[in-house]
Amino acid sequence: MDNQPIIQVESLTKRFGDFSAVDAITFKVDKGEIFGFLGANGAGKTTAMKMLIGISNPTSGKAHVAGYDVFTQAESIKKSIGYMSQKFALYDDLTVKENITFFGGIYGLSGAQIKEKTALMIEELELHEVAHQLVGALPLGWKQKISFSVALLHNPKIVFLDEPTGGVDPITRRQFWEMIYKTAHNGTTVFVTTHYMDEAEYCDRVSIMVNGKIEALDTPKRLKEQFEVDSMNDVFLKLARG
Amino acid sequence: MKRFKGFVRKEFYHIFRDKRSLFILFGMPIAQILLFGFAITNEINNVDIAVLDHSRDATTGEIINKIAASKYFSINEFIERETDIESVFQKGKIKAVLNFEKNFSRNLIRDNTATIQIITDATDPNTANTISNYTSSILRNYQQELNRDIQLAYQVLPEIRMVYNPELKGVFMFVPGVMTIILMLVSAMMTSISITREKELGTMEILLVSPLKPVLIIIGKVVPYIFLSVINAIVIIVLSIFVFKMPIQGSLFLLGVESVLFIITSLSLGILISTISTTQQTAMMVSLMGLMLPTILLSGFIFPISSMPVPLQVISNIIPAKWFIVLLKGIMLKGVGIVYLWKETLLLFGMALFFIVVSVRKYKIRLE
Repeated sequence: MDNQPIIQVESLTKRFGDFSAVDAITFKVDKGEIFGFLGANGAGKTTAMKMLIGISNPTSGKAHVAGYDVFTQAESIKKSIGYMSQKFALYDDLTVKENITFFGGIYGLSGAQIKEKTALMIEELELHEVAHQLVGALPLGWKQKISFSVALLHNPKIVFLDEPTGGVDPITRRQFWEMIYKTAHNGTTVFVTTHYMDEAEYCDRVSIMVNGKIEALDTPKRLKEQFEVDSMNDVFLKLARG
Repeated sequence: MKRFKGFVRKEFYHIFRDKRSLFILFGMPIAQILLFGFAITNEINNVDIAVLDHSRDATTGEIINKIAASKYFSINEFIERETDIESVFQKGKIKAVLNFEKNFSRNLIRDNTATIQIITDATDPNTANTISNYTSSILRNYQQELNRDIQLAYQVLPEIRMVYNPELKGVFMFVPGVMTIILMLVSAMMTSISITREKELGTMEILLVSPLKPVLIIIGKVVPYIFLSVINAIVIIVLSIFVFKMPIQGSLFLLGVESVLFIITSLSLGILISTISTTQQTAMMVSLMGLMLPTILLSGFIFPISSMPVPLQVISNIIPAKWFIVLLKGIMLKGVGIVYLWKETLLLFGMALFFIVVSVRKYKIRLE
């Protein structure tokens, strides 16, 4: 089973009336991969992702996430994935510790597990001084690192990140990507959408969506060769301008 | 179950860390009940009046003394001319002028009739009405004393008894109303705001992606408010008993059950509102305009339903608060039991069920 792709999507479509937000996309993601999901605003990235994480029903097509069917087994999918959205995933009026306890709780972790995870997270992210502070008082970069760790609390097989680094300074972005690498190294698949083309270079493979369709899908290196350019930025511009 | 507990705990953190929520939850009920109880009242006390006495004889003197002796009025000014009437009213302090005609005593004895003109400042119609009623009744009393020895040939004597609130205390009317408004406010407005807040902040999405069932998310958000509403209801009842000497004639148990029923109805309305609004602002506006206003105006809390135009009377039937007020008055003032109140109870129950079904359906659609 280990050789099976962890995400398998075939002609997945979402229509709102006459408009196809996602138009028959097909792709696979392997276990432990960092998969970049790129596209301009309104290209359909978020809609596609919402179908994969089970909060939006596809119109047609097939999709399996972590071995479960998105049409019939959305509940099982939810247990196997982590999710961090572009808006903050944390409650500003709860302390760091309370946030961890809460999210651990809704994912069904036991009290002992939560304690252990909390201690580990405080150690790794060096949160000793802020553990009892309200999240609202923390800088953006910290919040994002914490919410990423929170999304990983229940050891999901896949973690979905929806523009996780929006509005963060370059140093924090760099640190954030180090966390992503570490996660992938530990065997968790990372499915990430981003606006930043330099980040696309860090991914194992990237797909680029234009108007609801996947127009390119390969490693960054081969995509650059294919379009005969030097950077992912130029690949993206070439595609987006048609 | 453990997940659910954690969820409810988080909800309490939200409430107790937000000063505005705390104020609405605990400050408002107490402030409102005290305000309505003490300040806002239909009764009049020590209203300033002026007298224009053209005769200055024994009879007018007696009448003026009688009026001055009542606790409702204090005679503040004696004026000399008709033209002064306008100017005392314009000064604003005087709310009524008693104008005795010339030769009052003589007319009374010779013609058997004498006239007093009662002029009231009707910028506030309710007060004007009450003033004219009270002065008329003082005059009637005086007249009866005059005629004590004479037996009229035909006489209809009204004997009036006011039951359930013999002292006509305004606060007895306000307590059920205020309790209704507060429970509505806390249950419907606060829940709809707290649910839309999660939507607005994007945390709702995170919750929906979690294995927690959507229904549990909603119940988890609602449970703290049921708890707080019940506390509020208790605070209001205790205040009204001990501060305003409001009687609870009927069963406290029934009162509790009906209150919980109304709280659930309001909560389901709150959930419904949260399914149609995406921002906290909208949720608040919809709750205030769509719920609070009709509740205050059409529930019979301030304006009697029986004197409304027929279309409004019909509309008032779909307002849950109307039925809850009927129930509260029945239990608190009349002391009647479920035998007489089953119809209202059933209606509230039906409404609660209806709103819950509709909001659950709506909520499912939102998740698509």
